[in-house]
Amino acid sequence: MTKTIPDVVCPFCGTLCDDLEVVVSDDGKQLLEVYNACAIGAEKFLHSQAEDRLTRPRLAQEDGSWKEIGYEEAIEYTAQMLANSKKPLMYGWSSTNCEAQGVGSEIGEITGAVMDNTATVCHGTSLIAVQDIGIPHCTLGEVKNRADRVVFWGCNPAHAHPRHMSRYSIFPRGFFTGKGHKGRKVIVIDPRKTDTANVADVHLQIEQGRDYELLDALRVAFKGLPLPDVVAGIPKEQIYEAAEVLKSGRFVIIFFGMGVTQSLGKNHNIDEAIAVTRDLNEYTKAAIMPMRGHYNVTGSGAVWGWQFGFPFAVDLSRGFARYNPGETTSNDLLRRDEVDSVFVLGSDPGAHFPFSSVKKISELPSVCIDPHQTPTTAVCKLHVPVAFVGVEVGGCAYRMDNVPIETRKVVDAPEGMMTDEEFLEKVLGRIKEIKGE
Amino acid sequence: MNTLAITVNLITGRTIQQGVSMEGGKEKPAYTAACGIIEIDPSDFAKLGAYRNTTVRVTSEHGSVVVKAIEATQGPHPGVAYIPMGPWANQVINPNTYSTGMPTFKGTPVEITEAKNETVLDSLELVRKACRGEI
Repeated sequence: MTKTIPDVVCPFCGTLCDDLEVVVSDDGKQLLEVYNACAIGAEKFLHSQAEDRLTRPRLAQEDGSWKEIGYEEAIEYTAQMLANSKKPLMYGWSSTNCEAQGVGSEIGEITGAVMDNTATVCHGTSLIAVQDIGIPHCTLGEVKNRADRVVFWGCNPAHAHPRHMSRYSIFPRGFFTGKGHKGRKVIVIDPRKTDTANVADVHLQIEQGRDYELLDALRVAFKGLPLPDVVAGIPKEQIYEAAEVLKSGRFVIIFFGMGVTQSLGKNHNIDEAIAVTRDLNEYTKAAIMPMRGHYNVTGSGAVWGWQFGFPFAVDLSRGFARYNPGETTSNDLLRRDEVDSVFVLGSDPGAHFPFSSVKKISELPSVCIDPHQTPTTAVCKLHVPVAFVGVEVGGCAYRMDNVPIETRKVVDAPEGMMTDEEFLEKVLGRIKEIKGE
Repeated sequence: MNTLAITVNLITGRTIQQGVSMEGGKEKPAYTAACGIIEIDPSDFAKLGAYRNTTVRVTSEHGSVVVKAIEATQGPHPGVAYIPMGPWANQVINPNTYSTGMPTFKGTPVEITEAKNETVLDSLELVRKACRGEI
Protein backbone atom coordinates (compact mmCIF):
# COMPACT_ATOMS: atom_id res chain seq x y z
CA MET A 1 0.00 0.00 0.00
CA THR A 2 1.06 3.55 -0.58
CA LYS A 3 -0.03 6.73 1.13
CA THR A 4 -0.39 10.22 -0.30
CA ILE A 5 0.86 13.17 1.73
CA PRO A 6 -1.01 16.37 0.80
CA ASP A 7 0.03 20.05 1.12
CA VAL A 8 3.75 19.38 0.83
CA VAL A 9 5.97 22.45 0.44
CA CYS A 10 8.49 22.41 -2.40
CA PRO A 11 12.07 23.17 -1.29
CA PHE A 12 13.45 24.50 -4.56
CA CYS A 13 12.78 28.15 -5.35
CA GLY A 14 11.47 31.14 -3.43
CA THR A 15 7.91 30.53 -4.63
CA LEU A 16 7.63 27.72 -2.02
CA CYS A 17 4.63 26.06 -3.70
CA ASP A 18 2.64 24.50 -0.85
CA ASP A 19 0.20 22.34 -2.78
CA LEU A 20 2.38 19.38 -3.75
CA GLU A 21 1.18 15.83 -3.21
CA VAL A 22 3.77 13.18 -2.60
CA VAL A 23 3.13 9.44 -2.74
CA VAL A 24 5.29 7.38 -0.41
CA SER A 25 5.49 3.70 0.46
CA ASP A 26 3.59 2.50 3.50
CA ASP A 27 6.72 2.29 5.66
CA GLY A 28 7.58 5.92 4.82
CA LYS A 29 10.98 5.00 3.43
CA GLN A 30 10.43 5.30 -0.31
CA LEU A 31 9.21 8.29 -2.26
CA LEU A 32 7.29 7.12 -5.33
CA GLU A 33 5.50 10.00 -7.07
CA VAL A 34 5.36 13.79 -6.88
CA TYR A 35 2.26 15.62 -8.12
CA ASN A 36 1.71 19.33 -8.83
CA ALA A 37 5.42 20.20 -8.70
CA CYS A 38 7.35 21.78 -11.58
CA ALA A 39 10.02 19.74 -13.35
CA ILE A 40 12.75 21.06 -11.06
CA GLY A 41 10.84 20.51 -7.81
CA ALA A 42 9.85 16.98 -8.82
CA GLU A 43 13.47 16.20 -9.68
CA LYS A 44 14.60 17.49 -6.30
CA PHE A 45 12.22 15.15 -4.45
CA LEU A 46 12.96 12.15 -6.66
CA HIS A 47 16.75 12.63 -6.64
CA SER A 48 16.75 12.20 -2.87
CA GLN A 49 16.04 8.55 -3.63
CA ALA A 50 19.00 8.11 -5.98
CA GLU A 51 20.71 4.76 -5.55
CA ASP A 52 24.19 6.26 -5.82
CA ARG A 53 23.52 8.76 -3.03
CA LEU A 54 26.34 9.26 -0.56
CA THR A 55 25.36 8.52 3.03
CA ARG A 56 28.61 8.89 5.00
CA PRO A 57 31.18 11.71 5.33
CA ARG A 58 34.30 11.58 3.14
CA LEU A 59 37.74 13.03 3.72
CA ALA A 60 39.93 13.99 0.73
CA GLN A 61 43.29 12.19 0.60
CA GLU A 62 46.63 13.45 -0.71
CA ASP A 63 46.30 11.44 -3.94
CA GLY A 64 42.87 12.90 -4.70
CA SER A 65 40.87 9.87 -3.57
CA TRP A 66 38.24 9.90 -0.80
CA LYS A 67 38.28 8.06 2.53
CA GLU A 68 34.95 7.30 4.18
CA ILE A 69 34.81 8.38 7.81
CA GLY A 70 32.18 8.40 10.57
CA TYR A 71 30.09 11.39 11.61
CA GLU A 72 32.00 11.66 14.92
CA GLU A 73 35.28 12.15 13.06
CA ALA A 74 33.63 14.66 10.69
CA ILE A 75 32.29 16.65 13.67
CA GLU A 76 35.74 16.70 15.28
CA TYR A 77 37.39 17.80 12.00
CA THR A 78 34.87 20.60 11.45
CA ALA A 79 35.01 21.81 15.05
CA GLN A 80 38.82 21.85 15.06
CA MET A 81 38.95 23.70 11.74
CA LEU A 82 36.52 26.40 12.86
CA ALA A 83 37.92 26.73 16.39
CA ASN A 84 41.49 27.08 15.10
CA SER A 85 40.69 29.63 12.40
CA LYS A 86 41.18 33.35 12.98
CA LYS A 87 38.48 34.32 10.53
CA PRO A 88 36.47 31.47 8.97
CA LEU A 89 33.97 32.11 6.18
CA MET A 90 30.67 30.35 6.86
CA TYR A 91 28.80 30.50 3.58
CA GLY A 92 25.53 29.15 2.18
CA TRP A 93 22.53 28.78 4.52
CA SER A 94 19.90 29.06 1.80
CA SER A 95 18.91 25.42 1.27
CA THR A 96 18.29 24.67 4.90
CA ASN A 97 15.70 25.58 7.51
CA CYS A 98 15.71 28.56 9.88
CA GLU A 99 16.36 26.27 12.86
CA ALA A 100 19.72 25.14 11.40
CA GLN A 101 20.52 28.74 10.44
CA GLY A 102 20.04 29.74 14.07
CA VAL A 103 22.52 27.11 15.32
CA GLY A 104 24.97 28.12 12.55
CA SER A 105 24.81 31.75 13.74
CA GLU A 106 25.79 30.64 17.24
CA ILE A 107 28.86 28.84 15.84
CA GLY A 108 29.68 31.98 13.85
CA GLU A 109 29.55 34.09 16.99
CA ILE A 110 31.82 31.78 19.01
CA THR A 111 34.40 31.35 16.24
CA GLY A 112 34.40 34.96 15.01
CA ALA A 113 33.28 33.95 11.52
CA VAL A 114 31.98 35.89 8.58
CA MET A 115 28.42 34.68 7.91
CA ASP A 116 27.27 35.10 4.33
CA ASN A 117 24.40 33.59 2.38
CA THR A 118 23.64 33.08 -1.30
CA ALA A 119 22.11 36.57 -1.52
CA THR A 120 25.73 37.63 -1.99
CA VAL A 121 25.55 36.36 -5.62
CA CYS A 122 21.79 36.79 -6.07
CA HIS A 123 19.79 39.57 -4.42
CA GLY A 124 22.48 41.05 -2.19
CA THR A 125 22.41 44.24 -4.20
CA SER A 126 18.61 44.34 -3.73
CA LEU A 127 19.10 44.21 0.03
CA ILE A 128 21.57 47.10 -0.18
CA ALA A 129 19.05 49.12 -2.19
CA VAL A 130 16.23 48.32 0.24
CA GLN A 131 18.36 49.49 3.16
CA ASP A 132 19.21 52.65 1.23
CA ILE A 133 15.73 53.77 0.26
CA GLY A 134 13.12 51.30 1.60
CA ILE A 135 10.68 49.19 -0.41
CA PRO A 136 6.94 49.28 -1.17
CA HIS A 137 6.23 45.59 -0.66
CA CYS A 138 3.27 43.21 -0.65
CA THR A 139 2.59 39.46 -0.44
CA LEU A 140 2.10 37.04 -3.31
CA GLY A 141 -1.51 36.63 -2.14
CA GLU A 142 -2.10 40.33 -2.82
CA VAL A 143 -0.53 39.89 -6.26
CA LYS A 144 -2.87 37.01 -7.04
CA ASN A 145 -5.98 38.81 -5.81
CA ARG A 146 -5.28 42.38 -6.89
CA ALA A 147 -2.53 42.86 -9.50
CA ASP A 148 -3.75 43.84 -12.96
CA ARG A 149 -0.36 45.14 -14.16
CA VAL A 150 2.57 42.74 -13.83
CA VAL A 151 6.14 43.63 -14.77
CA PHE A 152 8.96 41.09 -14.99
CA TRP A 153 12.21 43.05 -15.13
CA GLY A 154 15.39 41.07 -15.84
CA CYS A 155 13.85 37.82 -14.67
CA ASN A 156 12.58 34.72 -16.44
CA PRO A 157 10.13 32.88 -14.18
CA ALA A 158 9.20 30.46 -16.98
CA HIS A 159 12.62 28.90 -16.34
CA ALA A 160 13.69 29.96 -12.85
CA HIS A 161 10.36 29.94 -10.95
CA PRO A 162 8.28 27.65 -13.15
CA ARG A 163 4.98 27.80 -11.18
CA HIS A 164 5.17 31.44 -10.15
CA MET A 165 3.11 32.63 -13.13
CA SER A 166 0.38 30.03 -12.72
CA ARG A 167 0.08 30.29 -8.92
CA TYR A 168 0.44 34.01 -8.32
CA SER A 169 1.36 36.41 -11.07
CA ILE A 170 -0.27 35.91 -14.48
CA PHE A 171 -2.81 33.12 -14.79
CA PRO A 172 -4.74 32.64 -11.53
CA ARG A 173 -8.16 34.15 -10.88
CA GLY A 174 -8.22 36.09 -7.64
CA PHE A 175 -10.80 38.00 -5.60
CA PHE A 176 -10.45 41.21 -7.66
CA THR A 177 -8.84 39.55 -10.68
CA GLY A 178 -11.66 37.24 -11.73
CA LYS A 179 -10.69 37.26 -15.40
CA GLY A 180 -7.30 35.74 -14.66
CA HIS A 181 -4.78 36.23 -17.46
CA LYS A 182 -7.29 38.22 -19.57
CA GLY A 183 -7.61 40.88 -16.90
CA ARG A 184 -3.89 41.43 -16.49
CA LYS A 185 -1.41 43.29 -18.65
CA VAL A 186 2.07 41.76 -18.53
CA ILE A 187 5.24 43.67 -19.41
CA VAL A 188 8.59 41.88 -19.73
CA ILE A 189 11.87 43.79 -19.89
CA ASP A 190 14.75 41.55 -20.96
CA PRO A 191 17.60 41.68 -23.49
CA ARG A 192 16.44 38.29 -24.80
CA LYS A 193 13.04 37.24 -26.06
CA THR A 194 12.61 34.76 -23.24
CA ASP A 195 9.85 32.22 -22.75
CA THR A 196 8.37 34.63 -20.20
CA ALA A 197 8.44 37.41 -22.83
CA ASN A 198 6.46 35.11 -25.12
CA VAL A 199 3.44 35.22 -22.81
CA ALA A 200 3.68 38.99 -22.22
CA ASP A 201 1.55 41.71 -23.77
CA VAL A 202 4.60 43.92 -24.16
CA HIS A 203 8.25 42.89 -24.44
CA LEU A 204 10.78 45.69 -24.24
CA GLN A 205 14.00 44.15 -25.61
CA ILE A 206 16.39 46.35 -23.70
CA GLU A 207 20.11 46.60 -24.47
CA GLN A 208 21.90 44.52 -21.82
CA GLY A 209 23.10 46.60 -18.87
CA ARG A 210 20.97 49.67 -19.71
CA ASP A 211 18.36 49.10 -17.02
CA TYR A 212 19.08 52.32 -15.16
CA GLU A 213 18.46 54.42 -18.29
CA LEU A 214 15.17 52.71 -19.10
CA LEU A 215 13.93 52.97 -15.50
CA ASP A 216 14.84 56.64 -15.52
CA ALA A 217 13.05 57.09 -18.85
CA LEU A 218 9.90 55.54 -17.37
CA ARG A 219 9.94 58.09 -14.57
CA VAL A 220 10.20 60.84 -17.17
CA ALA A 221 7.39 59.28 -19.20
CA PHE A 222 5.08 59.09 -16.15
CA LYS A 223 5.26 62.88 -15.99
CA GLY A 224 4.72 63.25 -19.76
CA LEU A 225 8.07 65.00 -20.19
CA PRO A 226 10.17 64.74 -23.40
CA LEU A 227 12.45 61.74 -24.00
CA PRO A 228 15.25 61.10 -26.54
CA ASP A 229 14.07 59.10 -29.58
CA VAL A 230 15.64 55.88 -28.30
CA VAL A 231 16.54 54.94 -24.72
CA ALA A 232 18.41 51.69 -23.97
CA GLY A 233 17.49 50.43 -27.44
CA ILE A 234 13.75 51.07 -26.96
CA PRO A 235 11.91 53.67 -29.12
CA LYS A 236 10.34 56.42 -26.99
CA GLU A 237 6.82 55.63 -28.24
CA GLN A 238 7.04 52.19 -26.62
CA ILE A 239 8.24 53.73 -23.36
CA TYR A 240 5.35 56.24 -23.25
CA GLU A 241 2.96 53.39 -24.05
CA ALA A 242 4.38 51.19 -21.26
CA ALA A 243 4.20 54.11 -18.81
CA GLU A 244 0.53 54.61 -19.70
CA VAL A 245 -0.24 50.90 -19.23
CA LEU A 246 1.32 51.03 -15.76
CA LYS A 247 -0.37 54.27 -14.68
CA SER A 248 -3.77 53.04 -15.76
CA GLY A 249 -3.64 49.88 -13.60
CA ARG A 250 -5.39 49.38 -10.26
CA PHE A 251 -2.48 47.48 -8.74
CA VAL A 252 0.99 47.29 -10.29
CA ILE A 253 3.55 44.69 -9.21
CA ILE A 254 7.13 44.81 -10.45
CA PHE A 255 9.09 41.56 -10.11
CA PHE A 256 12.82 41.87 -10.74
CA GLY A 257 15.66 39.39 -10.98
CA MET A 258 19.30 38.83 -11.79
CA GLY A 259 19.17 40.94 -14.95
CA VAL A 260 18.94 43.96 -12.67
CA THR A 261 21.03 42.81 -9.69
CA GLN A 262 24.00 41.32 -11.56
CA SER A 263 24.43 43.86 -14.38
CA LEU A 264 26.65 46.88 -13.88
CA GLY A 265 24.94 49.53 -11.82
CA LYS A 266 23.79 46.77 -9.46
CA ASN A 267 22.19 48.26 -6.33
CA HIS A 268 21.71 51.59 -8.12
CA ASN A 269 19.53 49.87 -10.73
CA ILE A 270 17.30 48.67 -7.90
CA ASP A 271 17.27 52.10 -6.24
CA GLU A 272 15.82 53.37 -9.49
CA ALA A 273 13.34 50.50 -9.84
CA ILE A 274 12.08 51.26 -6.33
CA ALA A 275 11.84 54.95 -7.31
CA VAL A 276 9.70 53.92 -10.30
CA THR A 277 7.42 52.02 -7.92
CA ARG A 278 7.24 54.99 -5.57
CA ASP A 279 6.39 57.29 -8.50
CA LEU A 280 3.62 54.94 -9.61
CA ASN A 281 2.02 55.28 -6.19
CA GLU A 282 1.22 58.88 -7.18
CA TYR A 283 -1.24 57.45 -9.72
CA THR A 284 -2.22 54.00 -8.45
CA LYS A 285 -1.15 51.31 -5.98
CA ALA A 286 2.22 49.72 -6.81
CA ALA A 287 4.64 47.30 -5.15
CA ILE A 288 7.95 45.71 -6.07
CA MET A 289 9.37 42.28 -5.18
CA PRO A 290 12.70 40.51 -5.78
CA MET A 291 12.37 37.07 -7.41
CA ARG A 292 14.34 35.12 -4.85
CA GLY A 293 15.89 31.85 -5.97
CA HIS A 294 16.88 29.46 -3.18
CA TYR A 295 13.83 28.39 -1.20
CA ASN A 296 15.06 29.75 2.13
CA VAL A 297 17.54 32.49 1.27
CA THR A 298 14.91 34.95 2.50
CA GLY A 299 14.78 33.00 5.77
CA SER A 300 18.51 33.27 6.41
CA GLY A 301 18.24 37.03 5.86
CA ALA A 302 15.35 37.11 8.34
CA VAL A 303 17.17 35.00 10.96
CA TRP A 304 20.30 37.16 10.78
CA GLY A 305 18.17 40.26 10.58
CA TRP A 306 16.77 39.57 14.05
CA GLN A 307 19.97 38.11 15.46
CA PHE A 308 22.54 40.60 14.12
CA GLY A 309 20.60 43.38 12.41
CA PHE A 310 21.94 42.59 8.92
CA PRO A 311 20.60 40.18 6.29
CA PHE A 312 23.88 38.93 4.76
CA ALA A 313 27.66 39.52 4.82
CA VAL A 314 27.76 39.63 8.64
CA ASP A 315 31.33 39.85 9.94
CA LEU A 316 31.54 38.63 13.55
CA SER A 317 35.35 38.47 13.71
CA ARG A 318 35.62 41.46 16.05
CA GLY A 319 33.10 40.08 18.54
CA PHE A 320 30.23 42.22 17.30
CA ALA A 321 28.33 42.30 14.01
CA ARG A 322 29.79 44.41 11.19
CA TYR A 323 28.24 44.70 7.74
CA ASN A 324 29.87 46.26 4.73
CA PRO A 325 29.04 44.70 1.34
CA GLY A 326 32.12 44.90 -0.85
CA GLU A 327 34.29 44.21 2.18
CA THR A 328 32.54 41.53 4.24
CA THR A 329 31.01 39.68 1.28
CA SER A 330 32.29 36.19 0.33
CA ASN A 331 33.78 36.92 -3.06
CA ASP A 332 35.60 40.03 -1.88
CA LEU A 333 36.99 38.17 1.16
CA LEU A 334 38.18 35.29 -1.00
CA ARG A 335 39.65 37.55 -3.68
CA ARG A 336 41.56 39.53 -1.07
CA ASP A 337 42.69 36.42 0.81
CA GLU A 338 41.08 37.59 4.05
CA VAL A 339 39.70 34.32 5.41
CA ASP A 340 41.65 31.30 6.60
CA SER A 341 39.05 28.54 6.27
CA VAL A 342 35.74 27.96 4.50
CA PHE A 343 32.62 26.18 5.78
CA VAL A 344 29.81 25.66 3.26
CA LEU A 345 26.28 24.51 4.08
CA GLY A 346 23.19 24.59 1.88
CA SER A 347 24.80 26.06 -1.22
CA ASP A 348 27.28 25.36 -4.02
CA PRO A 349 29.85 28.13 -4.43
CA GLY A 350 32.02 25.76 -6.48
CA ALA A 351 29.45 25.95 -9.26
CA HIS A 352 28.09 29.44 -8.71
CA PHE A 353 31.03 31.62 -7.65
CA PRO A 354 33.48 33.13 -10.14
CA PHE A 355 36.37 30.73 -10.66
CA SER A 356 38.94 32.93 -8.88
CA SER A 357 36.94 32.48 -5.66
CA VAL A 358 36.57 28.71 -6.20
CA LYS A 359 40.33 28.38 -6.58
CA LYS A 360 40.83 30.16 -3.28
CA ILE A 361 38.39 27.77 -1.54
CA SER A 362 40.39 24.83 -2.93
CA GLU A 363 43.58 26.21 -1.34
CA LEU A 364 42.06 26.71 2.14
CA PRO A 365 40.98 24.25 4.85
CA SER A 366 37.37 23.60 3.91
CA VAL A 367 34.27 21.62 4.84
CA CYS A 368 31.16 21.21 2.70
CA ILE A 369 27.82 19.99 4.09
CA ASP A 370 25.65 18.90 1.18
CA PRO A 371 23.54 15.87 0.29
CA HIS A 372 24.78 16.07 -3.34
CA GLN A 373 28.15 15.69 -5.02
CA THR A 374 28.91 19.15 -6.37
CA PRO A 375 31.85 21.17 -7.70
CA THR A 376 32.16 22.49 -4.11
CA THR A 377 32.52 19.01 -2.65
CA ALA A 378 35.06 18.31 -5.40
CA VAL A 379 37.40 21.00 -4.07
CA CYS A 380 36.67 20.81 -0.31
CA LYS A 381 38.74 18.72 2.10
CA LEU A 382 35.75 17.22 3.92
CA HIS A 383 32.33 16.41 2.46
CA VAL A 384 29.49 15.63 4.87
CA PRO A 385 26.25 14.38 3.28
CA VAL A 386 23.15 15.13 5.34
CA ALA A 387 19.39 14.62 5.15
CA PHE A 388 17.48 16.70 2.56
CA VAL A 389 15.77 19.60 4.29
CA GLY A 390 12.19 19.93 3.04
CA VAL A 391 12.10 16.25 2.01
CA GLU A 392 13.54 14.22 4.89
CA VAL A 393 13.24 16.84 7.63
CA GLY A 394 10.79 19.72 8.04
CA GLY A 395 11.38 23.19 9.44
CA CYS A 396 10.64 26.83 8.81
CA ALA A 397 11.34 28.49 5.44
CA TYR A 398 10.55 32.01 4.19
CA ARG A 399 8.85 32.57 0.83
CA MET A 400 10.13 35.34 -1.46
CA ASP A 401 7.51 37.73 -0.04
CA ASN A 402 8.81 37.19 3.52
CA VAL A 403 5.98 34.85 4.55
CA PRO A 404 7.27 32.03 6.79
CA ILE A 405 5.97 28.57 5.90
CA GLU A 406 6.51 25.34 7.81
CA THR A 407 7.90 22.72 5.42
CA ARG A 408 7.00 19.05 5.82
CA LYS A 409 8.97 15.86 6.12
CA VAL A 410 7.74 13.26 3.62
CA VAL A 411 10.19 10.35 3.90
CA ASP A 412 12.81 9.09 6.31
CA ALA A 413 16.45 9.83 5.57
CA PRO A 414 18.67 6.78 4.91
CA GLU A 415 19.54 5.10 8.18
CA GLY A 416 22.17 6.79 10.29
CA MET A 417 22.18 10.10 8.39
CA MET A 418 22.23 13.35 10.34
CA THR A 419 20.26 16.49 9.64
CA ASP A 420 21.92 19.91 9.23
CA GLU A 421 20.66 20.99 12.63
CA GLU A 422 21.91 17.87 14.44
CA PHE A 423 25.32 18.13 12.81
CA LEU A 424 25.65 21.84 13.66
CA GLU A 425 24.52 21.23 17.26
CA LYS A 426 27.26 18.62 17.72
CA VAL A 427 29.89 20.89 16.12
CA LEU A 428 28.77 23.74 18.36
CA GLY A 429 29.04 21.53 21.47
CA ARG A 430 32.54 20.39 20.51
CA ILE A 431 33.72 23.97 19.74
CA LYS A 432 32.52 25.04 23.18
CA GLU A 433 34.61 22.24 24.71
CA ILE A 434 37.70 23.21 22.70
CA LYS A 435 37.34 26.86 23.62
CA GLY A 436 36.57 26.00 27.23
CA GLU A 437 33.26 27.86 27.33
CA MET B 1 41.22 25.14 -39.84
CA ASN B 2 38.74 27.90 -39.22
CA THR B 3 40.31 30.75 -37.28
CA LEU B 4 37.41 33.19 -37.34
CA ALA B 5 36.62 34.82 -34.03
CA ILE B 6 33.64 36.88 -32.95
CA THR B 7 33.26 39.14 -29.96
CA VAL B 8 29.91 39.13 -28.15
CA ASN B 9 28.41 40.25 -24.88
CA LEU B 10 28.02 37.28 -22.52
CA ILE B 11 25.18 36.92 -20.04
CA THR B 12 24.39 34.03 -17.70
CA GLY B 13 21.30 32.88 -15.84
CA ARG B 14 18.97 30.04 -15.10
CA THR B 15 17.32 27.71 -17.58
CA ILE B 16 14.83 25.04 -16.65
CA GLN B 17 17.21 22.38 -17.96
CA GLN B 18 19.91 23.86 -15.73
CA GLY B 19 17.59 23.55 -12.72
CA VAL B 20 16.42 20.01 -13.44
CA SER B 21 19.89 18.65 -14.20
CA MET B 22 21.38 20.46 -11.19
CA GLU B 23 18.91 18.75 -8.89
CA GLY B 24 19.52 15.45 -10.70
CA GLY B 25 23.23 15.56 -9.84
CA LYS B 26 25.98 17.89 -10.97
CA GLU B 27 28.33 14.98 -11.63
CA LYS B 28 25.95 13.53 -14.25
CA PRO B 29 26.26 14.06 -18.04
CA ALA B 30 22.84 15.80 -18.10
CA TYR B 31 24.28 18.75 -16.17
CA THR B 32 27.13 19.12 -18.67
CA ALA B 33 24.63 18.91 -21.54
CA ALA B 34 22.46 21.60 -19.93
CA CYS B 35 25.13 24.06 -18.79
CA GLY B 36 28.33 23.32 -20.72
CA ILE B 37 26.86 25.19 -23.67
CA ILE B 38 26.78 28.65 -25.17
CA GLU B 39 23.63 29.90 -26.86
CA ILE B 40 24.53 31.98 -29.91
CA ASP B 41 22.24 34.02 -32.15
CA PRO B 42 21.87 32.66 -35.74
CA SER B 43 23.38 35.88 -37.15
CA ASP B 44 26.43 35.44 -34.91
CA PHE B 45 26.76 31.81 -36.03
CA ALA B 46 26.93 33.15 -39.60
CA LYS B 47 29.70 35.56 -38.64
CA LEU B 48 31.61 32.81 -36.87
CA GLY B 49 31.23 30.53 -39.89
CA ALA B 50 30.62 27.55 -37.66
CA TYR B 51 28.06 24.76 -37.60
CA ARG B 52 25.57 24.33 -34.78
CA ASN B 53 26.62 21.94 -32.00
CA THR B 54 30.37 22.39 -32.55
CA THR B 55 32.64 22.87 -29.58
CA VAL B 56 33.97 26.39 -29.20
CA ARG B 57 36.43 28.14 -26.92
CA VAL B 58 35.06 31.15 -25.09
CA THR B 59 37.69 33.56 -23.80
CA SER B 60 37.43 36.73 -21.74
CA GLU B 61 40.08 38.71 -19.93
CA HIS B 62 39.17 36.68 -16.83
CA GLY B 63 39.53 33.14 -18.21
CA SER B 64 38.76 30.65 -20.91
CA VAL B 65 36.49 27.60 -21.26
CA VAL B 66 35.43 25.05 -23.87
CA VAL B 67 31.69 24.61 -24.36
CA LYS B 68 29.27 23.42 -27.04
CA ALA B 69 27.77 26.14 -29.21
CA ILE B 70 24.05 25.81 -29.84
CA GLU B 71 21.53 28.08 -31.50
CA ALA B 72 19.81 30.44 -29.08
CA THR B 73 16.58 28.94 -27.76
CA GLN B 74 15.18 32.23 -26.49
CA GLY B 75 16.02 34.78 -29.16
CA PRO B 76 16.79 36.51 -31.42
CA HIS B 77 19.40 38.63 -29.69
CA PRO B 78 22.30 39.47 -32.06
CA GLY B 79 25.55 40.25 -30.28
CA VAL B 80 24.46 38.61 -27.04
CA ALA B 81 25.55 35.08 -26.06
CA TYR B 82 24.24 33.07 -23.13
CA ILE B 83 25.84 30.39 -20.96
CA PRO B 84 23.53 28.99 -18.24
CA MET B 85 24.76 29.67 -14.72
CA GLY B 86 27.31 27.11 -13.56
CA PRO B 87 31.04 26.42 -13.44
CA TRP B 88 31.49 26.82 -17.22
CA ALA B 89 30.11 30.36 -17.27
CA ASN B 90 32.03 31.17 -14.10
CA GLN B 91 35.36 30.48 -15.78
CA VAL B 92 34.93 33.56 -17.93
CA ILE B 93 32.60 36.04 -16.19
CA ASN B 94 33.91 39.21 -14.55
CA PRO B 95 34.55 38.45 -10.85
CA ASN B 96 34.87 42.11 -9.90
CA THR B 97 32.16 43.16 -7.44
CA TYR B 98 32.84 46.91 -7.66
CA SER B 99 32.36 47.18 -3.88
CA THR B 100 28.91 45.64 -3.80
CA GLY B 101 29.74 41.99 -3.06
CA MET B 102 28.10 40.97 -6.33
CA PRO B 103 30.35 39.64 -9.11
CA THR B 104 29.40 40.97 -12.55
CA PHE B 105 27.75 37.83 -13.91
CA LYS B 106 26.09 39.63 -16.79
CA GLY B 107 27.69 41.72 -19.50
CA THR B 108 31.20 40.27 -20.00
CA PRO B 109 32.77 40.81 -23.45
CA VAL B 110 33.99 37.42 -24.72
CA GLU B 111 35.69 36.11 -27.84
CA ILE B 112 34.39 32.90 -29.40
CA THR B 113 36.48 30.66 -31.67
CA GLU B 114 35.86 27.17 -32.99
CA ALA B 115 37.61 24.40 -31.03
CA LYS B 116 36.56 21.25 -32.85
CA ASN B 117 39.17 18.93 -31.32
CA GLU B 118 38.57 19.90 -27.71
CA THR B 119 36.05 18.34 -25.36
CA VAL B 120 33.64 19.83 -22.86
CA LEU B 121 34.69 18.71 -19.37
CA ASP B 122 32.11 17.70 -16.77
CA SER B 123 31.56 20.09 -13.87
CA LEU B 124 33.62 18.27 -11.23
CA GLU B 125 36.54 17.63 -13.58
CA LEU B 126 36.44 21.19 -14.90
CA VAL B 127 36.69 22.69 -11.42
CA ARG B 128 39.33 20.22 -10.20
CA LYS B 129 41.52 20.65 -13.28
CA ALA B 130 41.15 24.41 -13.27
CA CYS B 131 42.09 24.58 -9.57
CA ARG B 132 45.20 22.51 -10.25
CA GLY B 133 46.08 24.82 -13.15
CA GLU B 134 45.82 22.01 -15.70
CA ILE B 135 43.61 23.90 -18.16
